[in-house]
Amino acid sequence: MFQVLCIFIPLLAALFMPFFFKKVSTIHTGWFVLVVPIFLVSYYALFIPTVSKGDSVIAQLDWIPSLGISFVSYLDGLSLLFSLLISGIGALVVLYSIFYLDRTKEQLHNFYIYLLMFMCAMLGVVQSDNMMTLYLFWELTSISSFLLIGYWNNRDKSRFGALKSMMITVAGGMMMLGGFVLLSIMGDTFSIRELISQAPELSTNDLFVVALVLILLGAFTKSAQFPFYIWLPDAMEAPTPVSAYLHSATMVKAGLYLVARFTPIFAVSEIWIWLVTGIGLLTLFWGSFFALKQRDLKGILAFSTVSQLGLIMSLLGVGAIAFHVDGAQETIFKYAAFAAIFHLINHATFKGSLFMIAGIVDHETGTRDIRKLGGLMSIMPVSFTVALIGSFSMAGLPPFNGFLSKEMFLTAVLSITEFDLFNFSTWGVLFPIIAWIASVFTFIYSFYFVFHTFTGKGKIDQLPHKPHEAPMGMLVSPVILAGLVVALFFIPNMIADTFIKPAVMAVQPFLYSSPDQIDIHVAAWHGHITTELKMTAGIIVLGLALFLTLSRWQKIYSLFPSKLTLNNLYDFIIYDLFDRWAGRLSGLYMTGSIRRYLSYMLGSISIIVIATLFMQDAFRMNFDGASPIRIYQVILIIVLVIGTITTVFAKSRITSIVALGLVGYTVSLFFIMFNAPDLALTQLVIETISVALFLLAFYHLPKLKKEKERTQFRFGRAFVSIAVGAMVTLVALSAHSQKLIPSISEYYKETVYSLAGGGNIVNVILVDYRGFDTLFEIAVLSIAGIAIFGMIKLRLSKKGEKL
Amino acid sequence: MEIVMAFVCGFLFMAAIYLILSRSLLRIIIGTGLLSHGAHLLILTMGSFKGSAPPVLSDGVTDFVDPLPQALILTAIVISFGVTAFILVLAYRAYHELKTDDMTLMKGSEDNE
Repeated sequence: MFQVLCIFIPLLAALFMPFFFKKVSTIHTGWFVLVVPIFLVSYYALFIPTVSKGDSVIAQLDWIPSLGISFVSYLDGLSLLFSLLISGIGALVVLYSIFYLDRTKEQLHNFYIYLLMFMCAMLGVVQSDNMMTLYLFWELTSISSFLLIGYWNNRDKSRFGALKSMMITVAGGMMMLGGFVLLSIMGDTFSIRELISQAPELSTNDLFVVALVLILLGAFTKSAQFPFYIWLPDAMEAPTPVSAYLHSATMVKAGLYLVARFTPIFAVSEIWIWLVTGIGLLTLFWGSFFALKQRDLKGILAFSTVSQLGLIMSLLGVGAIAFHVDGAQETIFKYAAFAAIFHLINHATFKGSLFMIAGIVDHETGTRDIRKLGGLMSIMPVSFTVALIGSFSMAGLPPFNGFLSKEMFLTAVLSITEFDLFNFSTWGVLFPIIAWIASVFTFIYSFYFVFHTFTGKGKIDQLPHKPHEAPMGMLVSPVILAGLVVALFFIPNMIADTFIKPAVMAVQPFLYSSPDQIDIHVAAWHGHITTELKMTAGIIVLGLALFLTLSRWQKIYSLFPSKLTLNNLYDFIIYDLFDRWAGRLSGLYMTGSIRRYLSYMLGSISIIVIATLFMQDAFRMNFDGASPIRIYQVILIIVLVIGTITTVFAKSRITSIVALGLVGYTVSLFFIMFNAPDLALTQLVIETISVALFLLAFYHLPKLKKEKERTQFRFGRAFVSIAVGAMVTLVALSAHSQKLIPSISEYYKETVYSLAGGGNIVNVILVDYRGFDTLFEIAVLSIAGIAIFGMIKLRLSKKGEKL
Repeated sequence: MEIVMAFVCGFLFMAAIYLILSRSLLRIIIGTGLLSHGAHLLILTMGSFKGSAPPVLSDGVTDFVDPLPQALILTAIVISFGVTAFILVLAYRAYHELKTDDMTLMKGSEDNE
């Protein structure tokens, strides 16, 4: 119970932030926020001993039991690792933001409410076992990301980036919801764990592949995979703490989480392996290649994040191969899932620190344009060191954690060539080649990022601000993360036993029964020169050569046609297709004229009702038992028709009001004819008052004008009225001609005296049986009376201005 | 008679809708008046006119007409009066404020549809 509530703690804390911001003006609001992630880290740390043994903890809070929707907090290796990352990086980011965002200039309460909302959503995503609540939290991350990217909402680019990210991720989320629904239909449950236990049966279902593709679309849009990555570079308009938190360490990894979580269900499919591995590698290459085109420090990091996410994605794909190999515990494919989780942790550490450094550089120099930067090394030594550690780790150099996971990644892609199912033995050769080329570019952009910012000829005097080292508080978070980057290199196996192996258990649950069985030992040096080490050496040599000649070949990026980009495709879809064309289309019928809308509605009602009558074969004509027509009835009908026609075509208002009165009195005569004396009495009284009221009110209204109408609309109007008239006649005839169920009036007739002690059945129904109806009827009348009084007496216009 | 009344109701509805779709407020309000008359007669018709005596208990009479539609209509008559009175005054007030009773002009746009 408390475990479930913990997901909502950030949201609850968010309620108090406006108070802290408004009332406690001397202390930065961030300090209050900081309590939340620190509490959560310590709370989730309590689960480490249990979960690292391979056990899981589950707690449930029912939400809509009748639909099987409940909040389930399911902590196993994978979700605990993510929860710790979310709250841990969250704490560092909040600490960093305290120094990054100025208390006096920014709307801090908004910022921290969005951030806490995101934290809640993200914890919900990784802990939910119920797919419906998973989807709920998933969309909440999109919404909070939208709000955070658009935090500086007076900037055009922020709003554009926010909208773009939301459009793409929410569209993907919708697809994912479709996949979830299909899965729940197949497995008859919303619980992911139960679905995993039925995995073999699910794969034979026809809808299996559809669900697979839909869920992958959700994951790919969220994790910025090709071709959906285009939202991530534009999301860099967010304040840097947000970029570090959402767009590198946590939210973009939700897609990876989803893929990892659903691997046990979908890994049996070859489409899954091809898509996840292939798209992952393509994204890895694409992102690393175009990172070098960027001039903005955060732009480089954005593309590098895209590329690194692709790397982890492809590893998860290779990890799924383990489901197809006999004795998988023995093979090298088990490395892939391990490496994926390992690199996920490493990426969070080094990319988080690099983003914070980019933010510091921006903060202290006033620009993020790498062409204007340079030579900051001597001025900002601490930042430089952190950036160096982060970049070297990203490039895959020892002694940093990125080296270890990069080596394992190379092992995994090399092993694909040995897999002989699904054509991998032929096409699979391409995979290590792509991976190697992408790694070369990764190496180059890592160096590009750090050395073009901190070394070289500085134009320091031309920078917007005079640069100096950032304040201590701002450096704390990146320094901690950089420290982790180094530490993880030296103690990888401790991390592996505590976090990675339990998480691998969640990804490959059929292969192992406890984390101890995962026989992987991470080592920087394997005792001999391996193929991977040779590949790394090649990356370094070629990477260095290309980096030193960067200025000469960077021009090739301008060769790419600027019109044929994915961004232009997005702009075309959103602004041309949706905004302009769809706007024009709806402008054709959304004219703003109420009369036109009314005729649409009435016309559609008539068409629907008449069509249903005939399609369901409900129309009957049955003259049996109809009462005879008498001569005075015919006369009355003629009077009624004449009165009605007069109201429609009358030229003066008095004529039409009197004609309306005529119709009303005729109706009351009909009531007499049909044995309804109470109705006739009421109708007579009301009609008299109505006519008097009409005459009174219309004394003030203008004369009726001959209506000038376009003939087109006049015909439409006549057509709609005829359709409605026809509908009513048909319904009345059918209702009269078939009595499917006996009238409940018999009950009233029998009990009116014994139960209510009255003789006039209509009156008794009104005051006894349906007393509440009458009560509310009186209420309606009094509301109308009050409103009429108000409209006549009250004047909302300005003082002194008499109407 | 029921068959004829079905056509009478349809006719009332037709005239009412034609008036409601016009531009002048007065015609719209008269249209709603006609609409409620049509609706009342429709309910009565659908309940059928069987029975020869009004639904009031008296000695020796068992052949009542159906009281339930009448109860519904009685409520409806009063409510429609309340609504008519309300929109009448609304129209009166709107004319005072805006100096027009033309729906398209009240919309406030130049687009004279």
